[in-house]
Amino acid sequence: MAVLTVLVIDDEPGIRSGVARILRDFHVTYPFMDEDYTFDILEAPTGEEGISVIERDKPDIVLLDNKLPGMQGVEVLEYIRERKYDIVVAMITSYASLDVAVRATRDGATDFIPKPFTPQELKSSIENITKQLYLKRITHKLKQDGKKIRYQFLSVLSHELKAPLNALEGYLRMMQDKQAGDRIDDYAEHIDRSLQRIQGMRNLIMDLLDFTKIRLERKDEKIQEVNLADVASGAMATVQPYAIQMEVSVNLEIRSEVKIMADPDDMEIVFNNLISNAVKYNKFGGKADITIDSSDTDAIIIVTDSGIGIEKRDSENLFTEFVRIKNEKTKNITGSGLGLSIVKKVIELYHGTIKVDSTPDVGTTFTIRLPKRTTVIN
Amino acid sequence: MKKSDVTILVADDDPDYLFQTVFSLKKAGYKTVAVESQAEAESVIDNFKPDLALYDLMMENDDSGFILCYKTKRKYPDVPVILATAVSHETGISFSLDSEMEKAWIRADVYLEKGIRPEQLDQEIMKLLKL
Repeated sequence: MAVLTVLVIDDEPGIRSGVARILRDFHVTYPFMDEDYTFDILEAPTGEEGISVIERDKPDIVLLDNKLPGMQGVEVLEYIRERKYDIVVAMITSYASLDVAVRATRDGATDFIPKPFTPQELKSSIENITKQLYLKRITHKLKQDGKKIRYQFLSVLSHELKAPLNALEGYLRMMQDKQAGDRIDDYAEHIDRSLQRIQGMRNLIMDLLDFTKIRLERKDEKIQEVNLADVASGAMATVQPYAIQMEVSVNLEIRSEVKIMADPDDMEIVFNNLISNAVKYNKFGGKADITIDSSDTDAIIIVTDSGIGIEKRDSENLFTEFVRIKNEKTKNITGSGLGLSIVKKVIELYHGTIKVDSTPDVGTTFTIRLPKRTTVIN
Repeated sequence: MKKSDVTILVADDDPDYLFQTVFSLKKAGYKTVAVESQAEAESVIDNFKPDLALYDLMMENDDSGFILCYKTKRKYPDVPVILATAVSHETGISFSLDSEMEKAWIRADVYLEKGIRPEQLDQEIMKLLKL
């Protein structure tokens, strides 16, 4: 037997005692649940008191009246949502305020119970909520278990490698079965898309090589004096053909000659990735500026673009392996999802930092600081 | 119901898989609505009742497909839902709709591994819609 705590926040004493009475002997059972659920009822006459009960007792379910004397129901809802509490909220509302209910549902209420309600209506709502709660918790658990696997590099990698193969296999089968017609021209789009996926896979493999290089091949004898301006120019030359296609002008400004002790391959990885991103995620006809500067202690590399930018919520995951920001603007840009995670790993190897500032539709700036005197730790 | 009266909502974040699936469904004679994310699929089902839905499991969230199954069934209990994924293939987590428990919380009518042949998919759909 499991007990769920239900908090009723309503200024009408009749509603509160009614709910308590109806749910006192009620239990929810399903064949697929491990155990039956019964309910403990807590009551609060105002939103303010409701919140102190929420903080103290962490209820599983909150039945929330919207029209309260002080703080309104939706504000309580917002409070719960902001703190990401694992609480299912059902709004108690009269039919007249259906729009409130709709808004509340959008704001995170899982259900709403029309007022006045019969005992049966309340019970079936609670039954529903219990089911949802169970489902939510089991999916959460599944997600956690799943995550462990998903973030194991190799399994994610296998997904990333198989996805383009699956796509190619699909297109080839369509051709084999002559699904779009008998002429080769009927398959122009299929062939185009296949070639794109092959290009994507090639990039992924190149990035993977970089990735293993920084992970495995750390040899002290490769460390030498590196002029960052030289590396930047080299990377600009590599990206040039792509920049021409995109009509993006790439400029280098050297405010200070900076030489650091590093593996030149590592620095090349950093510049190649940042500059190619600055072109790739740019607008047609935009620009990318690379600045090399130094302070007393650090070499500073700044790469700024006039591109599509990154939403704040997306920037948290920007450096995570295989994470690609998916939206309308990035839809047609291919990438392995490895570039920035590689850059970050390299920077960390040199005890440096990388930070990103971005405004959607205006552009993004990456700022890297590398200590001038440093020992690389294997 | 004729196949040409059937509209299938297809959600998959891999544009090529989406393209191929939609292509084979159209060829089989169905109408389709194609979306590339859980969010888009949700806004479609808010405003429109498809005759059948075909969801990929992992889209912007790891459990997008589950959530879509759940929301679709809540709004339209009579709409058959197919959950398609390559996940067990790749991660070793396996799902099936064999036990009562799995049926109860995976709200899909059929669970399919990705990469099935178009004829197979067509058959599953005909079975679900009793065509």
